[in-house]
Amino acid sequence: MKLLAVCGMGIGTSVLLKMNAEKVLKTLEIEATVDATDLATAQERRDAQIILTTPDLVDKLQGLPAEVIAIEHFFDLEEITKKLSHSLG
Amino acid sequence: MALTNSARLSAAGVASMRFAAVDEALGEGAIALGVSATDRTAAIRAAGDLLEATGRTTAAYTDEMVRAVEDHGPYIVIAPGIALAHGRPSAEVLETGLSLVTLAEPVVFGHAANDPVRLVIGLAAFDHNAHLGLMRELALLLGDDAAVNSVLKAVQTEQVRSLL
Repeated sequence: MKLLAVCGMGIGTSVLLKMNAEKVLKTLEIEATVDATDLATAQERRDAQIILTTPDLVDKLQGLPAEVIAIEHFFDLEEITKKLSHSLG
Repeated sequence: MALTNSARLSAAGVASMRFAAVDEALGEGAIALGVSATDRTAAIRAAGDLLEATGRTTAAYTDEMVRAVEDHGPYIVIAPGIALAHGRPSAEVLETGLSLVTLAEPVVFGHAANDPVRLVIGLAAFDHNAHLGLMRELALLLGDDAAVNSVLKAVQTEQVRSLL
């Protein structure tokens, strides 16, 4: 399974989100990789099942095969866990 | 050959710091506490100006940091009260670096959940694959409520340095 962590520039916030998403996936015992990318790259990727991003960028990631999940608080593992478990059933 | 801060301290027999990479990335003079900013642009500029002053970026990078939020919205407010301002990894980045600004008065950035902002971290980096160690430390530091609160209460830069 592949996830993308997306922010506008690809150097900052997406890496922080990627790290916390990886922590959560490990705890949930889900086999998956998370790539940190910028918005432009994410819009061209077709290989991810889930995209994690900030609420502002959700609209710009519509129309892709992946499910887009908005994360408000990057350091709140509970929020990430809740939203990922909900999405992955 | 110039020694890094952590190398110097290790040589002096001091235990390695918890956030050595963050401390290293924050150049001399990259921390400003109790800054007055009238709006989010001023707050972002304060962080950008410090990156420029410490030789990590050009002035144009600061403009990019502001533009990123104008174009994409305040997505940089990644946790309650904390903004991670940054621009594109471009030629405007001279060296990887961080700046740290605490605001005298909290500033509204327009984020639905995480406003207002009290701590602005300026980040200059070349790409998201380099400097993972630094990003990892930054994630740990910003995720540590006690550490963040201590930073917000600090009135002298030494107090912030000692947390690192």
